[in-house]
Amino acid sequence: MEVGQMQRQWVDYTKSLFLEGFLDGQFLQLQQLQDESNPDFVVEVVYLFFEDSEKLLNDLTRALHSMLFWLATFECFMKVCCFWGFRFLCIFFPPSYRDQPSVDFKKVDAHVHQFKGSSSSIGASRVRNACIAFRNFCEEQNIEGCLGCLQQVKQEYYLVKNKLETLFRLEQQIVAAGGSIPMTELSF
Amino acid sequence: MARNGFVSRWRRSSERVNAAVACDVSPPHVSDEVHVLAVDDSFVDRKVIERLLRISSCKVTAVDSGRRALQFLGLDDEKSSPVDFHESSTFKEIPVVIMSSENVLARIDRCLEEGAEDFIVKPVKLADVKRIKDFMTTRVYRFGNEEEEESGGMMMMNKRKLQDSLDLSSSSSPPQSISPSSSSLSSSPSSSLSSPSSPTPSSSGSTLPSSSLSAPSSPISLDSPIRRLKTTITD
Repeated sequence: MEVGQMQRQWVDYTKSLFLEGFLDGQFLQLQQLQDESNPDFVVEVVYLFFEDSEKLLNDLTRALHSMLFWLATFECFMKVCCFWGFRFLCIFFPPSYRDQPSVDFKKVDAHVHQFKGSSSSIGASRVRNACIAFRNFCEEQNIEGCLGCLQQVKQEYYLVKNKLETLFRLEQQIVAAGGSIPMTELSF
Repeated sequence: MARNGFVSRWRRSSERVNAAVACDVSPPHVSDEVHVLAVDDSFVDRKVIERLLRISSCKVTAVDSGRRALQFLGLDDEKSSPVDFHESSTFKEIPVVIMSSENVLARIDRCLEEGAEDFIVKPVKLADVKRIKDFMTTRVYRFGNEEEEESGGMMMMNKRKLQDSLDLSSSSSPPQSISPSSSSLSSSPSSSLSSPSSPTPSSSGSTLPSSSLSAPSSPISLDSPIRRLKTTITD
C-alpha cells in the first residue's frame, strides 16, 4: 500500500473512532501536545493508560471476587436447601455464609474513580461513561449492578485498546514508509 | 490568613491527599520561568499535566502524593521541627490550584474558601493551563523583599512580570468529604523559599476540601474567592 493510501486510511479510521464515541476531544488535545521534540507523546501516554488500566481492572476484579464466590456458593446452598429442606441444612451451614460478605464499596469506588479519571484524560469516552454508571451502583451498594458494570467497563476498555493499537500500527506503517501522520486533516 | 491556614490544613490532610509532588531544589533566582509543582496520584494525569505545563513554558516537578509534595516543600513532619512550620508562611503565598474530575459546586466552594486560587475540572486542557498562567502573571506579591514583613499574603493588582515560581499539584484520589481528590497548583516566589518571615498565626478551620476552580481569563482586583467563583460560574 502506498503512503497516500495509508494516510487516507488513517484519517478515516481516526474519524470513525470519534464518530463511534470511542474517543473524544481530549484525544485531539493529546495529539496537539505532540511535536518534533516529543514525537511519541500520544503513544507513551496511551501505553501508560493501558498499564494503569490492567492493574485497576485486576484490583476491581479482586475486590468484587469475594462477592462472586459467595454468590456461587449461596446459589448451590439454596438449591440444596430446597431439595433437602431448609431447616435441616441451616444447622450445618455456617452462619457466616448466610450473611452476605461485605464488599468494600469504598475501595471499589476508589478504583473506578481512578479509572474514570485516567480514561477521561486520554479521551476514552466510552470507558469513562461506563465508569460513571459503575460509580452510581457503588453509591447504591448494588452488587449485581457493580458486577454488571465491571463486565461493561472491561468490554469497553478492551474494545478501545484494540482500536488504539490498530491506529498506532497504522501510524508506524506510514512513518516506516517515509510518510507523516496527517493530523491536520482531522477536521471536525 | 486563609492561605497560611491552607498550608497547615494541607499538612494535616496530606495522608488523605493522593497527590504527586516533585521537588526541585534549585536555588532561588529571578527568572521569567514559572516553576510548577504538580501533584497527582495517576501516572497518566501526571504525564499529561507535565507536558501541558512544559508546552506552556513552565518548569515542572511532578510527584505522586501529598506527602511527597510536603517533603519537597520541606514541610514534612519527620524532617521539620514545629518552629520551621512558621517559616512556611512564605509558602502561604503559593497559589494553589485544584484539579479534579469531580464537578461538585459545594466542594469547589469549600476549596476556594480554604484559599485555593482556582479549580480546574479534569481532563485538563491546554486552554486551562494558559488561562491559569495568564491569571498568575497579572498578580503581584509583596514578598519580593525579604526584609519586609509579610502582610498576611495580601495581593495588589499590578501588572508585573512573573518572577516567582508556580506550583501545580493535583491529586486524583477518590473524593471524600474532607480529602481533596484534586490537584492543587501553587506558586511560590523564587526568592522567598528560604527567607524567614514573621510568624503569622495559622487560621484554624475545617479539613481541606477538594476544590477546583478555573481562573477567570481577565485579571480582576483581589476579591474574595467566593466572588471569583461566582464570576466564574456566571461565565
